[in-house]
Amino acid sequence: MGAGLNTCLPASVKGSRVKYLLLQICVSSRVQVNKAARGPEKFSIEYIRKHAEEFEVGKRRLANMMGEDPETFTQQDVDRSIEYLFPSGLFEKKARPVMKHPELIFPKQTAAQWDKDGRPFHFLFYTGTPSFYSIMHDTFGKVLAIEKHQDQMRSKGALPQDSKQISLGGSRWLLKEELEEVLVENISDQDYSRFLQLMDKLLSLPFCALEEEFVQRFRKQLEIQSTKQEIPDVHCDENGRSYSQAQGRRKTATASVTLRDCGSGRVAVNGKDCLLYFPILQDREQIMFPLHFAGMLGRFDVQAHVEGGGRSAQAGALRLAIARALLSFVSTPAEVETIRQAGLLTADPRIKERQKPGQAGARKKYTWKKR
Amino acid sequence: MAAGIRTKAMYSLRSARWVGSALPCYSRPCASSAVAANPVATQQSRDAGVNEKILHAPLTQPDYFCLSELFTLKDLFEARVHMGHKKGCRHRLMEPYLFGCRLGVDIIDLEQTAEHLQRALNFTAHVAYRGGLVLFVSRQRQSSHLVERTAHDCGEYAHTRYWQGGLLTNAPIQYGAGVRLPDLIVFLSTLNNVFQTHVAVRDAAKMNIPTVGIVDSNCNPSLITYPVPGNDDTPVAMELYCWLFKMAINRAKDKRKQMELLKGI
Repeated sequence: MGAGLNTCLPASVKGSRVKYLLLQICVSSRVQVNKAARGPEKFSIEYIRKHAEEFEVGKRRLANMMGEDPETFTQQDVDRSIEYLFPSGLFEKKARPVMKHPELIFPKQTAAQWDKDGRPFHFLFYTGTPSFYSIMHDTFGKVLAIEKHQDQMRSKGALPQDSKQISLGGSRWLLKEELEEVLVENISDQDYSRFLQLMDKLLSLPFCALEEEFVQRFRKQLEIQSTKQEIPDVHCDENGRSYSQAQGRRKTATASVTLRDCGSGRVAVNGKDCLLYFPILQDREQIMFPLHFAGMLGRFDVQAHVEGGGRSAQAGALRLAIARALLSFVSTPAEVETIRQAGLLTADPRIKERQKPGQAGARKKYTWKKR
Repeated sequence: MAAGIRTKAMYSLRSARWVGSALPCYSRPCASSAVAANPVATQQSRDAGVNEKILHAPLTQPDYFCLSELFTLKDLFEARVHMGHKKGCRHRLMEPYLFGCRLGVDIIDLEQTAEHLQRALNFTAHVAYRGGLVLFVSRQRQSSHLVERTAHDCGEYAHTRYWQGGLLTNAPIQYGAGVRLPDLIVFLSTLNNVFQTHVAVRDAAKMNIPTVGIVDSNCNPSLITYPVPGNDDTPVAMELYCWLFKMAINRAKDKRKQMELLKGI
């Protein structure tokens, strides 16, 4: 286009026109902006509050849309409705449409750090991680206070032989990620290990029970796994015998079992006796193990239906189903916990590994030729 | 060089006074524009005058905050401030401050120390009087808790942890825009954990921040504005220094509050 312009215009105008065009090109070029240098995007408290209000309003509208009561619409109902209204086949769960409170979506950020004169609020502000270092400072202060108390007691001669210790069983220290979340600051691995060392030092002192509440703030209680275990209900049939039913799976085998009380230890699988169905001793041992472990071998009659898989898989599926059904006849939660710790209630997740392209099997490779 | 930085620092601190005095000049041309602007302008000029008096008052006397009564030579001796390191660790630039060497241990001249300490405390008090930000830095692990407690008690700031590189030189990016840097850095020990000069000494000099530092016989007093030759290892000496700085800052702040109340009347 420039060349065409040059040829058709008179010589006097040509030069100035071209210069004007060149000027135009220079002026319209964009300035390079380095957006990455701005750092992570910051959301103000106003912004999050506004979105929280919008979320509440939106939740009520969604409830009305789904024909449910807006007052008792929980987050689970919200997730269910969104999944129904916007079905997504994406594999990545985080890429699917989500409707949650803004506090769960936007990352937590620290509030304003200094006042109108520019003086920071926290006395350890210039360290970069004031909350973390103030915890270290307070903990060390408590260590010194406890040592001073110990010296006082020793001078009075009132040092107790068996000092009360903080019970640490059933809880664990907060992980580095959890601590970072609580403090809204980044902590390095060395800092975290120093923090644990300082806490251990505090706990090693005899009078550490004085600071129990402070220490428990940094410990997370572990849930007893057996409380989450689903125990099947006990029913009563027309003869007055109580029974319970449960399912179990192993590889591609599925088993469903009915355990009847006041029995004689007979096991029927798919209508046949277990001795005929499982001629191999190993399979019969597997089925017998849950009852043997609980000490209830001759008490129950087992009626089982199993399909799919091979010999060993069917035996494993039956074992899991019998163990689950057994839970309803077990008396105390402690016994449930022992059965769980024996591994009888854990479903075996192992399945046949797929074959990969370019290989003969899952792991077997074709013959390797040097040349 | 230290003297040059000192005058520059005093100038920058005094510049608040010049700002105060510039206000009345601006208000006079606007007096004719609106009747309502007049009382506001005169109020502003009155405030500026009062502010100037408050800021000027401590500069009339050499020891306005009476800091010389806080310590005596005997107190320094009893706190073992004169104990330096062994003569093998001696730094060449510390030789003028040493009294001598006894049984291989360097002895710091306490008369020089008293002079320097008086000057340092006076400067700290003046900075605190003018609402300056003081940052206490020390990388000694045994006195770290004490230093942090001192800073907390006098309402100032402390940094006794790992020093991240861009703290002073890259502050707007690390902390966010509009951050205020400290107006004075007090080193209760100028060395870090590997017996090298703390990075903050050099960074403060780069950012034109005056520094006060306790220099032991193995330290380099070069870049420090107000060096105070003295022992930085003994717990007694550290407690004495922390107490002195805390008293100086608290006295200065109380005096400032007093002046504001008095002049306000």
